[in-house]
Amino acid sequence: MEVREVITVEKSRSNGNSAGAVVVSTDRAESNGAKVNVKDAGKVLTGAEILIRSLEAEGVEFVFGHPGGAVIGIYDAMAQLNPTFEHVLVRHEQGGTHAAEGYAKATGKVGTVLVTSGPGATNCVTGIADANMDSIPIVVFTGQVPTHLIGNDAFQECDTIGVTRSITKHSFLVRDVRDLAQTVRNAYFLARSGRPGPVVVDLPKDVIAAKTTFNYPAEPQMRGYEFPKAGDPRLVEEAAAMISNSSRPLLYVGGGAISSGASEYVTRIARSNGIPVTTTLHGLGAFPEDDPLSVGMLGMHGTWYANQAVQNADLLIAVGARFDDRVTGKLDAWAPHARIVHIDIDPACISKNVPCDCPILGDVSAVLAQLEPQIRKADTSAWLEQIASWKEECPLSYESDDKLRPQFILQKLRARTGGDAVVVTDVGQNQMWAAQFFSYNQPRSHITSGGLGTMGFSFPASMGAAFANRKTGRPVISINGDGGFLMNCQELGVAAAHKLPIKVVIMNNGYLGMVRQWQELFHQERYSHTDLRPSNPDFVQLAEAYGCVGLRATTPEEVDAVLDKAWAINDRPVVMEFRTVTEEMVFPMVPAGARTDDMITERFKPEDCA
Amino acid sequence: MMSDSTAPTLTPQQLFRKKAAGEPIVPDEQEKPNRHIVSVKLENSVGALNRVLNLFSARGFNLESVTVGMSDEPSVSRLTLVTTGNDRIIGQVMRQLTNLVDTLEVDDLTGEPYVERELALVTVGYTVETRPEIMDTIEIFRGKVVNITEDTVTIELTGPNAKVNAFIGLIRKHGIVEVARSGRVAMRRALPYEQPDE
Ligand SMILES: Cc1ncc(C[n+]2csc(CCOP(=O)(O)OP(=O)(O)O)c2C)c(N)n1
Ligand SMILES: [Mg+2]
Repeated sequence: MEVREVITVEKSRSNGNSAGAVVVSTDRAESNGAKVNVKDAGKVLTGAEILIRSLEAEGVEFVFGHPGGAVIGIYDAMAQLNPTFEHVLVRHEQGGTHAAEGYAKATGKVGTVLVTSGPGATNCVTGIADANMDSIPIVVFTGQVPTHLIGNDAFQECDTIGVTRSITKHSFLVRDVRDLAQTVRNAYFLARSGRPGPVVVDLPKDVIAAKTTFNYPAEPQMRGYEFPKAGDPRLVEEAAAMISNSSRPLLYVGGGAISSGASEYVTRIARSNGIPVTTTLHGLGAFPEDDPLSVGMLGMHGTWYANQAVQNADLLIAVGARFDDRVTGKLDAWAPHARIVHIDIDPACISKNVPCDCPILGDVSAVLAQLEPQIRKADTSAWLEQIASWKEECPLSYESDDKLRPQFILQKLRARTGGDAVVVTDVGQNQMWAAQFFSYNQPRSHITSGGLGTMGFSFPASMGAAFANRKTGRPVISINGDGGFLMNCQELGVAAAHKLPIKVVIMNNGYLGMVRQWQELFHQERYSHTDLRPSNPDFVQLAEAYGCVGLRATTPEEVDAVLDKAWAINDRPVVMEFRTVTEEMVFPMVPAGARTDDMITERFKPEDCA
Repeated sequence: MMSDSTAPTLTPQQLFRKKAAGEPIVPDEQEKPNRHIVSVKLENSVGALNRVLNLFSARGFNLESVTVGMSDEPSVSRLTLVTTGNDRIIGQVMRQLTNLVDTLEVDDLTGEPYVERELALVTVGYTVETRPEIMDTIEIFRGKVVNITEDTVTIELTGPNAKVNAFIGLIRKHGIVEVARSGRVAMRRALPYEQPDE
């Protein structure tokens, strides 16, 4: 070990906000959870009853759950208390977590999951990790063996807190029934406030059975938890000056803009100052894509012109985005001329991948509200002309012939709905085409698994979104590949039982298409274990078996008829299988880890990329 | 429009980012990892320490030393962490630690006036000939003999990490039987006008 190193190295003191921003704790201001009207307050209740009354107090509308030994007491209480929320019996706990995510993404409210110990909890791991990566507010209640058996390898015991530690925003093991109501309060507050995320609450069976006097606390109690609210005025001023002096600015908008409800600010700032907008996958819909200022999505499968704009911009205004590697490609070569203003609620996102020039910690909406009046419009006309010509030079395109191509189907869906729909996509090629070809104009109209990239996400998530939109009547479309769909298709029966009119699209290319694309481009066409045809089911029969309607189209001509039939059915899910071209690839593309300047805009020979 | 896809030099912005991250500008330049000593006040609850340690392994941060103990309040434990990394990484460590719900205060002591101490128990062999020299060394370092047998002596030594290193370095030639070190504990100096320790 070296000596005296600590004293000689000169470093500024930092308290997690060395970027210079101010952290304002707004613990109270943000608490919008507890309703005044709490049932059974002051009465002696069991833990199970307390849980139910607490969920009601939080305004929970749906609980996606699956019973088991450790939580049977909670289910028993549910049968007796007639709670105000609706319990949805999912057929796999993973489906339950994705449904909660879909509900949360569609509404901005916290999704709720209830499962048993051991396997019930481990089945939730993927959904929890997914919610963690994509900042989705969900609370997962897991049963646990009685406290005196914890650590004894008891039946269906699993160290749930340990297993989920690095994939949750926070987690709680409730050891005393007297802590239960406060813990529920804290869990919902944590899930929805600051940078949203999943919270796990582990409930030992004896705690559920024990009794205490119930009172639902009005305030969360976590002295170590704080999150920023408004931005540091000095930095906001600095950002405004940077924007006012930029001739080639670009708004780079991520999912944080949607979860903070900042679309209107983004749209106004862009339009009144002539600033073009690119969004991430999760930012789709934060700014209307049919606006001439929109350059669509950036990154690996973004538009060529969005990436051109990034590479040539002199200023990036990052709004609720986190500089993900799928966005930046090779970091050193990304946005080489741009100064960066970064607005984000999570201090850990600031300068994580790319050091930024002006970091503003705060709620995105609050910061944009501060920023908007301070911007003086700069002359960006030359820049906008340049962007317009890039758009003409290399638009998104695909071959149109007599073959059925996924892009065509997406455009048909767009035309059918006029864009007024919630599109929930899975992972793979289908996801990227849905991002490129649907054209989103409203926030919360596009839901996908971005950070974790979870195959099997779409259908159960669309179910959650459909529950959320049962009253609004807004159509919900689930876009799937033939691979991912099977990973959670068991939920079809649940959606049918609840008469959810989900339009389920399966782009059946017979392959794990996205992997096949990489094999074709980077692995000399060795299609190792990506052919799904031998093991694919008959999707139409599968749908019918679950009480849904099954339809199929194999040519472009048949598409309209299938959509006509599908849109005529409103009392159950309709599964539409489209037999699409196997060889179709997603372009343009920045190969993983490559420089954004080296984007491939169309099919090329594998030799070229050696 | 500019297009620097083949430009060999860095743009001003690229240079700024490298400097801000503390990354080497020239590719072959060795990156100097900075050692930081961070004091954390932590909720004294089940799993809180796990979350801190898990953060380091999950995010691939270095953790050279960690000490945990009580603070003046029973509900708060006190950690001293020693970590290394460039400026970007240290920034991440600080922010991620602060983000944890269980951390009440995270303070980077590096570059600030602070006091640090480490406790070491060292057992060395001795003979009649070496004993006077060993006792001298212990005396100079203000160590204490806490146990002695016919051929070994166990010494208690406290001091800054550097002093403990120096002592062990000097005593090594006598044949170390066993060393147990506590890791560093540190806090800011209450009196800012004091000179840094030693
Ligand atoms: C659970 C899971 N396993 C594996 C992967 C890796 N993966 C990413 S895309 C993909 C292919 C998906 O195939 P399919 O669902 O048919 O969609 P397509 O790409 O053909 O549209 C795979 C296997 C993943 N993202 N998620
Ligand atoms: Mg496929």
